[in-house]
Amino acid sequence: MNPSSQFRPYPTRRAVLGAAVAGAALPVLGGCVTGGDDGATEAAAGAKTAENPLGVPDKTPLEVVIFKGGYGDEYAINAESLYKQRYPGATVDHKGMQKVGKALQPRFVADTPPDVVDNTGAGRLDLATLVSAGKLTDLADLLDAPSLDDPARKVRDTLLPGVVEDGTFDGKAQVLNFTYTVWGLWYSKPLFDKHGWTFPTTWDAMLALCEQIKKAGVAPWTYQGKYPEYLNDPLLAMAAKAGGADLVKAVDNLEPNAWKQQPLVDAATAIAELAGKGYILSGSEALSHTEAQAAWSQSQVAIIPCGSWLEAEQKGVTPDGFDMVMAPAPALSGGDKLPQTALQASSSESFIVPAKGKNPRGGLEFLRILFSTTAAKRFAELNSTMPSVAGALEGLTLSSGLGSVKTAVDAAGANTFTYRFRTWYAPLAKAVDDATGELATKRITPAQWSDRVQKAADAVAADSAVKKFQR
Amino acid sequence: MANDRHGRYRFLAGAILPALALYAVFVLSPYAQAFYLSLTDWTGVSGQVQFVGLDNFTRLVRDPLFLAALRNNGLMLVVVPVVTIALGLLLAALVTFGGRRGSAIRGASSYQTAYFFPQLLSLPIIALLWQFVYHPNDGLLNGFLRAVGLDALARTWLGDPHLALWAVMAVLVWSSVGFYMVLFAASMSAIPTEIIEAAVLDGAGKLATLWRIVLPLLRDSVQVAFVYLGVLALDAFAVVQVMTAGPGGPDNATEVIGLGLYRNAFTYSRFGYAAAMGVALFFLTLTLAVLALRAGRRERVELA
Repeated sequence: MNPSSQFRPYPTRRAVLGAAVAGAALPVLGGCVTGGDDGATEAAAGAKTAENPLGVPDKTPLEVVIFKGGYGDEYAINAESLYKQRYPGATVDHKGMQKVGKALQPRFVADTPPDVVDNTGAGRLDLATLVSAGKLTDLADLLDAPSLDDPARKVRDTLLPGVVEDGTFDGKAQVLNFTYTVWGLWYSKPLFDKHGWTFPTTWDAMLALCEQIKKAGVAPWTYQGKYPEYLNDPLLAMAAKAGGADLVKAVDNLEPNAWKQQPLVDAATAIAELAGKGYILSGSEALSHTEAQAAWSQSQVAIIPCGSWLEAEQKGVTPDGFDMVMAPAPALSGGDKLPQTALQASSSESFIVPAKGKNPRGGLEFLRILFSTTAAKRFAELNSTMPSVAGALEGLTLSSGLGSVKTAVDAAGANTFTYRFRTWYAPLAKAVDDATGELATKRITPAQWSDRVQKAADAVAADSAVKKFQR
Repeated sequence: MANDRHGRYRFLAGAILPALALYAVFVLSPYAQAFYLSLTDWTGVSGQVQFVGLDNFTRLVRDPLFLAALRNNGLMLVVVPVVTIALGLLLAALVTFGGRRGSAIRGASSYQTAYFFPQLLSLPIIALLWQFVYHPNDGLLNGFLRAVGLDALARTWLGDPHLALWAVMAVLVWSSVGFYMVLFAASMSAIPTEIIEAAVLDGAGKLATLWRIVLPLLRDSVQVAFVYLGVLALDAFAVVQVMTAGPGGPDNATEVIGLGLYRNAFTYSRFGYAAAMGVALFFLTLTLAVLALRAGRRERVELA
């Protein structure tokens, strides 16, 4: 067959492709993704009075976007109705959704964001990026405003320890987190009582207990292997208790050799010991969080690390009489700088007030209402979860898990700590997760663990494209 | 004559232009934007971007995760198409010529339907099902091995860096082999039986017939299969994202380009860098398609 003899009435494929590419290469770029308008918008404001300390304009509508995940959005609707009672002239546009980031990214780019956003869930927008792009309102006015319940106390004084710091970037509070999460080790109290086990407060006692548990035919530990960050929590918590606030600071500030500090190596050694002595349920490294937690709920395993959301998450699969409780991670040694009751605590459900919204004063006021005892109590009742407002659980009947969380928070008092590198430097967090996963499967040693993580931290520190934070 | 032609062009334009316009807006323009963004430091939320030249690309070739992804995608590119096509050909031949005297076996169409089933499930669902199959303690695979006394072969399939990528590839092969079997079977049944009979008369065995007679006649189908499966192997995002530890683990053993792109864009908010990965992937895929189609460019055999 001779191709040249073919009758070709139409342009060839090649010619069409060529024309198409040429056409597309012409900047079709004018009105596209990056075309934002940076002109300042005039935000509405009303007169400041004792009743209205933030100067909310009464007639301006308020647009609220809520992440509708595990906590639903009924608590927010409740707070919105309180808002409408105070400002009868305003309408509230409520949107509950799951993919907050997808819906709001174009609106942030175009500078037409809503007035207040619960930026949470797997599809949330990266907070550090929003901060460095200057897209958020400084929350200082809100934090210094009188609280709704007691005008003599500022909003900032009604929050649990660490909440304001969690939302502070570059010395400015720009995020306010609504739920309070603490991390610890979970076990079933009846299971422990049945065998006469007591939860240990030191690592040596933990190893001794694990030996007993193993003899009883139960796997001592498991972890959510597909996501090794769950196992980082006990590791980093033990290191922080041993090394104190300075250790945490050095890590977060990317100081040279921060990850080679002895308490971190010791904590990594402790986790490696668990693996080395066969105290971790075999196959854990391939289990998803649901699979690992299910094995634990069926009492195949005694201990699992998790945050305080565990009880709510396991609601449907927890057998009757399981009565889970959370304990803080044990102390590495007698010379720890923080008491054993110290807790890794941080707040989440990140509420932000976009800078370019039409009604930022209303956004701030919505948060003042949401963070009042009334609204926070309602949230706690609906979701059996601890809000970041102090005393919100007082007077409520608590389940076994939430009760143990409250006890632990009360016992810790001001001794809470949190690492910020996870939110500041996501690539470093990934490197730590990967390394811990390898450590727990005995594929690397504690020394290799700290070498690897240090290398990743050095790479982040040396990368001029990454915005640095200090604490 | 000239009028006739005009009418024809007008009709053609009417038929093509709306589709072309949609294509330009929703396919070509995003491509063009991706090329442009790959030269910037866009964060995804800011209206402001800085032009950084080829920075993202120099960063790319030094990024150990991207290099790991290239290695993994490369291995998949070799293994997945070859295994899928070999299995597809074998199954198609068995169904089409496996019966008496080289005829179709009884119930051929029900076999085809059964093998085609995975194609009806979406990839994330397939990945989820296989995650259960690979479950180290309660999974079907280890359960089977233990039931037949092969306890020593039971593994933590997705938790072992040496096995995880192979476990992922097995899923990709399983999910696509049925489709290509049906494709090949259709081409095979178009081969006149005289040709097969002549080969058999000349004393060709079954394998020789398949290798020397049938396969050359199927060149076009196989070539197309190579391109599609190559694109699949260069992607593999959905399966890795759903199934593997991390995802992309353990310890980046199953990292693929698509996953790195997704992570950089939607977790790290480095849309510029992610766009650079997309551009790299675009050229890889394009090269693959061109090579595969060129390699197979030969004189066509006309049947009958």
